[in-house]
Amino acid sequence: MATSSIPLAKKNKLENVKSLVFLSPALVLLLIFFLTPMVLTILFSFTNLSLTGAQAKQLEFIGFQNFINMFKDVELYNSLAKTLIFVILSAVLGQCSLGFFIAFLMKGKSAAFRRIIGICVIAAWVTPEIVVAFCWVAFLGDSGTLNTILTSLSEINAIAFLFEYPMLSVVIANIWRGTAFSMMAFQTALDDIPAEVEEAAIMDGASRWKVIRHITIPMVRGTVTTNLMLVTLQTLGVFTLIYTMTGGGPGNHTMTLPVFMYQKAFVSYQLGYGTAISLVILLLGAVFSILYMRLLKVKL
Amino acid sequence: MKIGKIERILHYTILIILAVLFVLPLFWMIFASVDPSAIQALKIPKELTMNNYKEVITDPSIIRSFLIGLMISGGQSIIVVLVSILAAYPLSRYQVKYKKSFLYTILFLTSLPMTAVIVPVYQMFLIFNFVDKLWAVTLFLTGTSLPYAIWMMKNFMDSVPMDLEESAWIDGASVWQGIKRIVAPLMVPGIFTVFIFTYTGSWGNFFVPYILIQSPEKMPASVNIFQFFGNYGLINYGKLAAFSVLYTVPVVFLYFLSQRYMSKGFSFGGASKG
Repeated sequence: MATSSIPLAKKNKLENVKSLVFLSPALVLLLIFFLTPMVLTILFSFTNLSLTGAQAKQLEFIGFQNFINMFKDVELYNSLAKTLIFVILSAVLGQCSLGFFIAFLMKGKSAAFRRIIGICVIAAWVTPEIVVAFCWVAFLGDSGTLNTILTSLSEINAIAFLFEYPMLSVVIANIWRGTAFSMMAFQTALDDIPAEVEEAAIMDGASRWKVIRHITIPMVRGTVTTNLMLVTLQTLGVFTLIYTMTGGGPGNHTMTLPVFMYQKAFVSYQLGYGTAISLVILLLGAVFSILYMRLLKVKL
Repeated sequence: MKIGKIERILHYTILIILAVLFVLPLFWMIFASVDPSAIQALKIPKELTMNNYKEVITDPSIIRSFLIGLMISGGQSIIVVLVSILAAYPLSRYQVKYKKSFLYTILFLTSLPMTAVIVPVYQMFLIFNFVDKLWAVTLFLTGTSLPYAIWMMKNFMDSVPMDLEESAWIDGASVWQGIKRIVAPLMVPGIFTVFIFTYTGSWGNFFVPYILIQSPEKMPASVNIFQFFGNYGLINYGKLAAFSVLYTVPVVFLYFLSQRYMSKGFSFGGASKG
């Protein structure tokens, strides 16, 4: 090494100084636009912060009032429930399982075939969220594609899916949009399993199902965990898709926490309340993140 | 694994059905965009027209929103690439104090849902009079995409061998010259990947500009298309579809361009290597 003539302690010190210089632009940006808002989230959630009215002029510290109001608010519990339903159905059960299923079926098929199927699934993932919402509104609308197919097949009347099954509609749209991520993760993991391992088990007389349960799934467990948590966190923050498709409604049937936060902060101008809801989302995200690190056996 | 013929056919059939289900909603957008009488449902156009596209690309407000989107996402991606190369360098090359904690903090920040900080960010923008300022929105987006970019960039930099750089130092090059002449050129695929990843994420971001920008004439394409849908979507499906196609094509193109290199940046093994 060119710098090896310099004593080690001095070299380390020099490297620390240099590192700080290299890291400083990133640190400044992260500090201003990432950490400050997070600290503010905590601070503002204890204030009567508001956009309009008398409160807008005087910012007051109101202690836990926002949280007390929030926990008294039945809407919050509705929102929490809707968020969990949305996350579990679309992320955990939907994207992860379907992604695994597709990756599993693709294993051992010809490269060209895999590529074509892959492109179809990934196209949905690459498409901007708002366009995804338009496409699904057109697909599920009263005179949309699905109703046209259904009414031509049978005598039933058109179904207003977005009003009668709003949660199911956004869940399906989100599964459709996000499955590619899980599929790609599982494809890589499944391809890494040596073919001999599974073949040996079959030779020993194990059934297909037993091989999947006792060999395939345990061997991709790490990927399952990482993927599950990443997808969960991504889904927790979904706003655009739900906001564009249903606006949180009808009523509050699809009012997940991000949409609820938006309503409180920017429609009824209660920024303080909005930040309190933000904190709930962040905490939920942190809980999942810690869980994710634990399962990955990462030590801080 | 050996499987029977019937099962194999079954696999192919299921996969084809799924693939069709995945492209079906997208087909609507493509067919409606060239259909002079587009409706909400998917139908094969009786005749083809370019009028929908013509209407979109001759609409000055749409053109402006595309240019603003290009400015925000392009500016953001360039800053992210430059800053993340600098930040990744010591993380990849030096034995820095607190390096591990820093890396894990970065990984942790990466996974927080950004939707949650928008309310305090909005308040911060009000205090500093940043609301409606495109440069401020660009910098905010830069900050939020940095953690992931640094993470990816470090992984890419780890795969550039140190020897080349060391021999440049012996020839009298400074650290900075070493990065510029040796490391960066060898990392071109990585740099493109980070750039494209940042760009596509930002191009499709509706929420941040929707909250932080207020003047209609400063809205990027992502917000403009939403307002267009609200105003005309229910009566002019053809134009909405053409707008959607034009808005989607750049990111699809960029994605497939970078796909070959993507997987490397996503590797989670980076932190343990030190």
